[in-house]
Amino acid sequence: MIKLQARSENSRKMVIFAPVLAITLTAISAMIIFLWAGLDVWNAFYVLFVEPLTGKYNISELLVKAAPLMMIALGLSIGFRAGVWNIGAEGQYIIGAISGGAVGLYFYDVQGAWIMPLMALAAILGGMFYAGIAAFLRTKYQVNEILVTLMLTYVAILFLGAMVFGPLRNPDGFNFPESRIFHDSATLPNIWQGTRLHIGLIVALLFAGIAWFMTNKHMFGLQIKISGSAPRAAKFAGFSENKTIWYTLLISGGVAGLAGLFEASGPIGQLVPHIPSGYGFTAIIVAFLARLHPIGIIFSALLIALTYMGGENAQITLQLPSAITSIFQGMLLFYFLACNILIEYKVSFSLNRNK
Amino acid sequence: MKYQLELQNISKSYGDLKANEDISFGIRPASIHALLGENGAGKSTLVKVIYGSLQPNSGSMIWYGDDYKPNNPFEARERGVAMVFQHFSLFESLTVAENIALGLDNTNLDDELVQVIIKHSKQYGLEINPHQTVGDLSVGERQRVEIIRCLMQNPKLLIMDEPTSVLTPQEVSDLFVTLQKLAKDGCAILYISHKLEEVCQICDHATILRGGKLVQSCNPQEHSKGELAEMMIGKKLTQLARSNVSLGNEIFRINNLSRARQDMFGIELKNICLSIKQGSIVGIAGVAGNGQNELMEILIGESHSATGVLTFKEQDVGQLNAHERRQLSMFFVPDERLGHGAVPELGLNENMLLSRPSVSGMTNNGVINWQTVHTLTEQVINSFDVQTQSSKSLAKSLSGGNLQKFMVGRELIQQPELLIIAQPTWGVDAGSANHIHQALITLADQGSAILVISQDLDEILTLCEQVHVLNDGSLSPPVNMKNNGLKEISQLMLGGERND
Repeated sequence: MIKLQARSENSRKMVIFAPVLAITLTAISAMIIFLWAGLDVWNAFYVLFVEPLTGKYNISELLVKAAPLMMIALGLSIGFRAGVWNIGAEGQYIIGAISGGAVGLYFYDVQGAWIMPLMALAAILGGMFYAGIAAFLRTKYQVNEILVTLMLTYVAILFLGAMVFGPLRNPDGFNFPESRIFHDSATLPNIWQGTRLHIGLIVALLFAGIAWFMTNKHMFGLQIKISGSAPRAAKFAGFSENKTIWYTLLISGGVAGLAGLFEASGPIGQLVPHIPSGYGFTAIIVAFLARLHPIGIIFSALLIALTYMGGENAQITLQLPSAITSIFQGMLLFYFLACNILIEYKVSFSLNRNK
Repeated sequence: MKYQLELQNISKSYGDLKANEDISFGIRPASIHALLGENGAGKSTLVKVIYGSLQPNSGSMIWYGDDYKPNNPFEARERGVAMVFQHFSLFESLTVAENIALGLDNTNLDDELVQVIIKHSKQYGLEINPHQTVGDLSVGERQRVEIIRCLMQNPKLLIMDEPTSVLTPQEVSDLFVTLQKLAKDGCAILYISHKLEEVCQICDHATILRGGKLVQSCNPQEHSKGELAEMMIGKKLTQLARSNVSLGNEIFRINNLSRARQDMFGIELKNICLSIKQGSIVGIAGVAGNGQNELMEILIGESHSATGVLTFKEQDVGQLNAHERRQLSMFFVPDERLGHGAVPELGLNENMLLSRPSVSGMTNNGVINWQTVHTLTEQVINSFDVQTQSSKSLAKSLSGGNLQKFMVGRELIQQPELLIIAQPTWGVDAGSANHIHQALITLADQGSAILVISQDLDEILTLCEQVHVLNDGSLSPPVNMKNNGLKEISQLMLGGERND
């Protein structure tokens, strides 16, 4: 008989062990899928998980993908701790890219070190505004923020289309639905010569540090945690529920907006209809894989970026469908949530003596 | 057959902890049998073994001469064992009738059931509206639902875990009539309580546990209350008395507090006036669900009140939130522990920070000083004898009594000038209750003011020199205790309508 016994405090050992176990289980499941598909298992593993870690190009691209995931997940994790479910980071990411990008395009003929910070500010405000709509509706009219943020994502996608087909279209671009390519002052500084790796990674790591401090050393972190798990206790502690909703949505929206701009003015270099790449949704997985822990998010973002890279490789070399990426992300999350139970519960195996 | 249920050498351990060690006793048919013991003495474990939710490591039980080995509560109920738990197992979003239907095996929710509920509730003096949502009920009313639910199964053995903690004296004696009637009809009752007076009053046998072992089986009528208490805790109790009541200036005033009901089953607060002086302990007695929750909400600052209604140290505090009130040295202990006064999923040290006036040094501009938090948490744990594995243990891992001690200690360590405390000792064992009461008296003797909101009349009478009664949202003026005060309180608690 298997018994689950609640622990009196969370096991620190299991916080480390659970993800390792989840990854192992994912690998075993992957092996079964490969065998079933008639692939050479070790070659498949190499292509999926080892190759993305070799060479300058692969490593830099891995980090390019991890940076926005990290940023968005950090923002979202703050809200998730408070039980504020912003699942529309994708929309805030797009609005951030548009509002920041529009500033860059407005100053197309001007050079100056102040342009990039101004774009960043516009992107943050754009993302905040977009998430703020959900905060306003939630605090004023009790409208569920899950629905609002999700549905606004589709509005954002259409709005991006309207912009690149309309006011922001490149006047010399033969009517292609894309903006001008950002000029030098509006392009994100590169941090690794010869690759696409940009300053966004440093910003993401900086955010992780700030988020770690806020969660562990500041009342704000505790306020969020308490609001999420015991709303009445939050009132008892003197926290306002509405303020918590506003703060968390504004933070996650602002950060997602900034990540959107970084993607547009970094690796992509212009506003195009395919800016929405699903990072805003994948970041939800990243946040939960890390159990919403700021430092954990750095690692889970790298891991998910690895599945993206591995998935692309597998499409090219193994002719596997692109769904392989989603399968891995899904399995990882599934096993991870299951293994999480080990952190709060002790499993004991025993023979039932009564029977 | 001498015994209806006989326990033989029951032992149960969790890992290294021996919760029950070699316990043997018998319950006679048609008797009211008391099970006494402090928190952690092993009462709950033993009762769970009888009710089938735990299986003993060794030992056996005999039920009406047959082997009795329930593997789950369902089997226990089949044999005629019912139980009223101390912590209720009710679904808050469902109505009373729905909850009762869910708790019974093979019962449908229909008018017939509602009629039976009404019949039982009238018969046993447990007034309840079957269509009311449980989430809107007070602690006391929820307990009535639990009791009715058990009585509806027509049990042969009824286990009651601290059943009277929230009832008025009148209700308690009504309940006793019910229990005695049940016993006479052949239903034995296993009565778990720390209220020794009650045990002496209605129980004909008592089994006393301490540290998982059986200390003594006796007839409680042959022993004094003090003797039983000392058997139970294994040491002498402090005699409670306020050394010298010296009252200072008025420190807190409620002036004409009125508030409309917030939902269908809420209570409207009507013109509540109250004045508290430094050094005094003021008590608000009354049955649960008469506006205690509403009043507490306003006093804590969880909802605001108009200007000029709440005055603390000559300052209007009606618009301040709980934290801002604490900054002025007003502190609170709410009656609901998990989810209100403490966050179940957080450690004790993190729970410490719910109450964090700047002077405590636990935070500085929002930055947490974990070293100070840790020191203060340890201090609370030590000085209030909180049984816990560490200061980081999750609040939900503590027993109710221990968490209560922690919550009271957390506020007292801040040396409040005004402490507002609801149900200070609800579900707490005699030794700990004694400790909490002593701590409150010490605080008041040092010149602080205390407002106690409690349904436990004994507690109010022990502690308070100024007693009010809250009934249907109205607060009575102070009761003159010298002139037949107890009778007046009883009448006020019942709204002066019932008089029997």
